[in-house]
Amino acid sequence: MDHAGRTSSRGDRLYDFVIYAILTVIMLGTLYPLLYIVSASFSDPLSIVKGELWLLPKHVTLGAYEKVFQNRDILIGYRNSLVYLAVGTAINIMMTTMGAYALSRKDLRGRYVLVLIFTFTLLFNGGLVPTYLVYKNMLGLYNNLWVMVIPSAVSVWNLIIMRTYFQTSIPYELQEAAFIDGCSNVRTLTSVVLPLSMPIIAVMTMYYGVAHWNSYFTALIYLDDDWRQPLQMVIRSILIREDMGSMTGGEGESLVEQQLLVEGMKYAVIVVSSLPMLLLYPLVQRHFVKGVMMGAVKG
Amino acid sequence: MLPRSIRKNWDLYLLVLPVVVYFILLKYLPMYGIQIAFKDFSASKGIWGSDWVGMKHFIRFFHNYQFWTLIRNTVEISGFQILVGFPIPILFALLVNEVRGRWFKKSVQSIAFMPHFLSTVVLVGMVMAFLSPSTGLVNHVIRLFGGEPVYFMTEPAMFKSIYVLSDVWQNMGFSSVLYIAVLAGIDKHLYEAAMIDGASKLKRLVHIAIPCLVPTAVIMFIFQFGTIMDIGFEKIYLMQNDLNRASSSVISTYVYEMGLLGSQFSFSAAVGLFNSVINLGLILIVNQLAKRAGGTSLW
Repeated sequence: MDHAGRTSSRGDRLYDFVIYAILTVIMLGTLYPLLYIVSASFSDPLSIVKGELWLLPKHVTLGAYEKVFQNRDILIGYRNSLVYLAVGTAINIMMTTMGAYALSRKDLRGRYVLVLIFTFTLLFNGGLVPTYLVYKNMLGLYNNLWVMVIPSAVSVWNLIIMRTYFQTSIPYELQEAAFIDGCSNVRTLTSVVLPLSMPIIAVMTMYYGVAHWNSYFTALIYLDDDWRQPLQMVIRSILIREDMGSMTGGEGESLVEQQLLVEGMKYAVIVVSSLPMLLLYPLVQRHFVKGVMMGAVKG
Repeated sequence: MLPRSIRKNWDLYLLVLPVVVYFILLKYLPMYGIQIAFKDFSASKGIWGSDWVGMKHFIRFFHNYQFWTLIRNTVEISGFQILVGFPIPILFALLVNEVRGRWFKKSVQSIAFMPHFLSTVVLVGMVMAFLSPSTGLVNHVIRLFGGEPVYFMTEPAMFKSIYVLSDVWQNMGFSSVLYIAVLAGIDKHLYEAAMIDGASKLKRLVHIAIPCLVPTAVIMFIFQFGTIMDIGFEKIYLMQNDLNRASSSVISTYVYEMGLLGSQFSFSAAVGLFNSVINLGLILIVNQLAKRAGGTSLW
């Protein structure tokens, strides 16, 4: 008995060691590419090209960032993305909150049918081309602000997550009490339910916000004008299509110099475009797991 | 006359109205456009007025020389994706769950989440920067060991691995949240009882943690398997180039090329519809099987 106990604890120690070792490797493997990008953005492009950069910046310079912030396309893209993010997320939160509150109420007739109708769109949809034709020709959603914010106005997942939150985390008696005091539904929602729902609203803002900031698909398909393009479309031409002329401004540099400049800019562009979302995450991290769990509760 | 319950609660219906209108106009109206798959769409005649041609476009697609390539690539990429991308977050969650140190646990999770917040454009940009034959880090390492530079992005044989592995790097942490939350919810008494019985940590993992994860894992698997023919457009399209097309052409990129770039609206709508119907069928079948086998299902 005693013997068995000791071997198992030695086994347990080995077990712990293996687990910590694997997780440490995973952590380093996840971090390294990110750190490399940040280091590269502060380094002389020549040392990146020659393969001298391993972890820490080589020949520190802010040249790449200067170029990025002087670039008109990037600045316009940044501004556009901020507008789409702000308008889009505001619409998302309003629509989702209103819908989720109504669906959470037992006295809404036909709420099961509504949820079914909404959920069906996850399983089947019009498909790319019919959707494109209907949006463009029948709804006028083409090459304007609206096409960037309306088609994604409500996500079924988020609607269900939020409804579940209202049902499980807000005491029904509080709502009843508000009704007895003569509150309407709208009043109950704004002054009783919403103040208690900040955690879920934070999570929703993050979900929707990240989706707006990171998407390029809608812009690729529905936007024509260059001046309307969001940041993701601009950095796509820098990172992936290596569209050089448009980026450096071509101030009489030689081709090699231009190539080097672009090489350095790539990393700075990645940092500048990703930073807002990476900074947003810690703000809502506390509420995050709860939000995910809500989604897991079967609706 | 409306029933009393609706009259009394009219503002509740007002709250849900925008969401209902959204789903009708932006999700169900495009389904009306699906009929062009059975017509010869002409812009002047519109969706309704174009002439019926029956199954012409479907038959053309089935006889297309690319048909089997597209199906094979689609199934292979998402099959590979499930094979690797489904178990890894589960394993990661099991590892994280074994960690006792709070600080370490939090760090691992936070770091593993980070890549999820990068956009697809940035991710593919990073992959291309790291794998570049002349300036990329990976090829610098290969050269260091005396190897020849590898042209990763233009090599069809590499495409699927790059696609799947970069996805694991980006989404492992995020996909594991749900499993971690389930594991955290396991009744502590189960562990205590097992410890009294002298079960080692490994035994507790195998007999307690893993069985508790199975229902959640089954549901997630159903979801992923049901979407095996539904591979996303965004990342593939960015990674695609003329040289890797043999293994990177999938149904969604084909629909985009034919429909929106080539203006073959009816033909590509037919291809898209064929794909959607298969997706719907698959998820219904898989769900039915799961229901019969283990009693866990989506609905």
